[in-house]
Amino acid sequence: MNHSISLTVNGARRDFVLDDPRVTLLDLLRERLHLTGTKKGCDRGQCGACTILVDGKRINSCLALAISHDGADILTIEGVARGDQLHPVQAAFIAHDGFQCGFCTPGQIMSAIGMMNEAQAGNDPERIRECMSGNLCRCGAYAGIVDAVLEAQAGADESNQRRSA
Amino acid sequence: MKQFDYVRPATVAEAVAAAAQPGTMYLAAGTNLLDLMKGNVSRPDRLVDVTHLDGLDRIERLADGSLRIGALVSNADLAHDVEFAKAYPVVAEALLSGASAQLRNAATVGGNLLQRTRCAYFYDTASRCNKREAGSGCDAREGENRAHAVLGWSESCIATHPSDFCVPLVALDAVVEIEGRGGRREIALDDLHRLPANTPERESALEPGDLIVGVRLPAAAPGFAAHARYLKVRERTSYAFAIVSAAAALRIENGKVAEARLALGGVAAKPWRARAAEDVLRGVAPTVDAFQEAAWRALVDAKPSGDNAYKIELARRIVVRALTLAAAGTPARIPALPASPFASSGAIHV
Repeated sequence: MNHSISLTVNGARRDFVLDDPRVTLLDLLRERLHLTGTKKGCDRGQCGACTILVDGKRINSCLALAISHDGADILTIEGVARGDQLHPVQAAFIAHDGFQCGFCTPGQIMSAIGMMNEAQAGNDPERIRECMSGNLCRCGAYAGIVDAVLEAQAGADESNQRRSA
Repeated sequence: MKQFDYVRPATVAEAVAAAAQPGTMYLAAGTNLLDLMKGNVSRPDRLVDVTHLDGLDRIERLADGSLRIGALVSNADLAHDVEFAKAYPVVAEALLSGASAQLRNAATVGGNLLQRTRCAYFYDTASRCNKREAGSGCDAREGENRAHAVLGWSESCIATHPSDFCVPLVALDAVVEIEGRGGRREIALDDLHRLPANTPERESALEPGDLIVGVRLPAAAPGFAAHARYLKVRERTSYAFAIVSAAAALRIENGKVAEARLALGGVAAKPWRARAAEDVLRGVAPTVDAFQEAAWRALVDAKPSGDNAYKIELARRIVVRALTLAAAGTPARIPALPASPFASSGAIHV
C-alpha cells in the first residue's frame, strides 16, 4: 500500500509517496532528496552522525520512520547557512578545529544547534560535554568541539542580550 | 528488516482495536523498536502508530494531588519540566542520566517502560535466547555475563531491565494506566515487569492489545523531594546503560528517617524495589551505619549469575552512597553529570 506524506525540509514543502513504510527519515533525506550531509554512521542510534532537527528538536534520523513524521518541519545541515554566510556554529567549528575527518561534523553541528535551543548547558564545558555525548567523534576532536560550542553559545548569549537591550 | 503493514489510528479505541490482530506491535518513537527491527530481533507483521493520538502528551496535576504523565510525553520534556523536576527530582535526574539528548527528545514515557533488555545474546539472532525464542536456551549463562542480573534471575534468563526512569518511579509507587480490550485499568509499576522464572518471553503483565496511556505518581511522592538522589555506575560517564543504579528518597523529620524509599536498577529483569531495606531505615537517624544495614538487607538474596559477583558489593556501596547523598539534601540543580558518582559536585566518598 502506498502512503503519502508531506514534510517541510529546510523551509521548503516536499511531498512523498512511500511504497514501503520501512524508510527512515535518514534514508529519505539521503536517497530521495539527495541531501547527503546527514550521515549514516551506525544506523542504530549510537553515533549521532544522522542528527537532524525535527520541529526544532534534535533526534537521530536513523531511528525515525518517515511515515510516522507526516507534517514535520525538518532542518538538516544543508539548511543552516544563509547563502554564503555560515551559521555561527559552523564558523566556530572551523575557527576551533572542531573536526578532523569531518564525517561526524554535520551531526555534531546539528546537535550543537539543538543543544543551544534546549538552553540547558549554558557556558559550562562539563554540561556541554554531557549534552553532546550522543555524538561520537572517532578522530577525537572533542576538545575543539567543546571550544567551538562554547564560542557559539557565547555569541548567542551576546546577541540575545543585544536584542533584549 | 521484515516487511510490515502500517496503521495510524485516530483514537485510543481505534488503536486498541487495530492491535487485536496477532503479530501487531505499537509504535511510539521507535528508538528501541526500530533498532530491534533492524536487527531482526523484533519482527512485527503490523505496526500501529500511536504517536498521533491526542491527549497523551500532557503532564497534569489531578484533583487528588497525584500527577498524571501522558504516555507520549518525551523523556526530555518531562525531565526539563521545571515543576516536575522540583517535585520529583530523583525522576528527573534518572531520566537525564539515560541515553543521549537526541534519544531523550524522541523517546516516550510509555516506550521507556517497555524497552527491552540490552543482553547481547538477546540482540544476536545467532545466539540462543529464551526471551527472544522460548525454549531455545540461554547463551548468556556461559557467555559474557558480567553485566547480568544478580537478583530475581532464573536458569532460563539472566537479563536485566535497562531503564533508569523506572527505578525512581517504582520507588515512588508509580501506577501505570492501561487501555485494553476490556477498557481502562491500572496496575502498580512494580507489577508491570515480570521476573523470568520459566517464561522469560513473557516480560510484562500486559495482555495482547494493551496500550499504556499514562503513568501516575501519587500525591505522597513530592514529600521526598528534599532528600532524593539517583546514582548510576556505568562503563562510561555518559550515554551508557547502568551496571548498577539506585534511587534513594527519604522523608526526614526531627533528625530521623520518617520514611525511606529505595530501588535498584541494572540488577534484575525489573526495577528492583528494596522494601526490606526501607523498613530498617524507618524511625532511625540517617547515619552511614544505618545505610550500610539497609544496603545489606537490599542485597541479602543476591547471587551471581556468572562473572558478576562484583555487582553485589558494588550495589551495596551504591545504595550507601545514594542514601548518604539523599540525606545530605537534593542539590538545587541537577548536577552537570546526572547520577554520576564521579560528578564534580556533590560526590562524597564513603
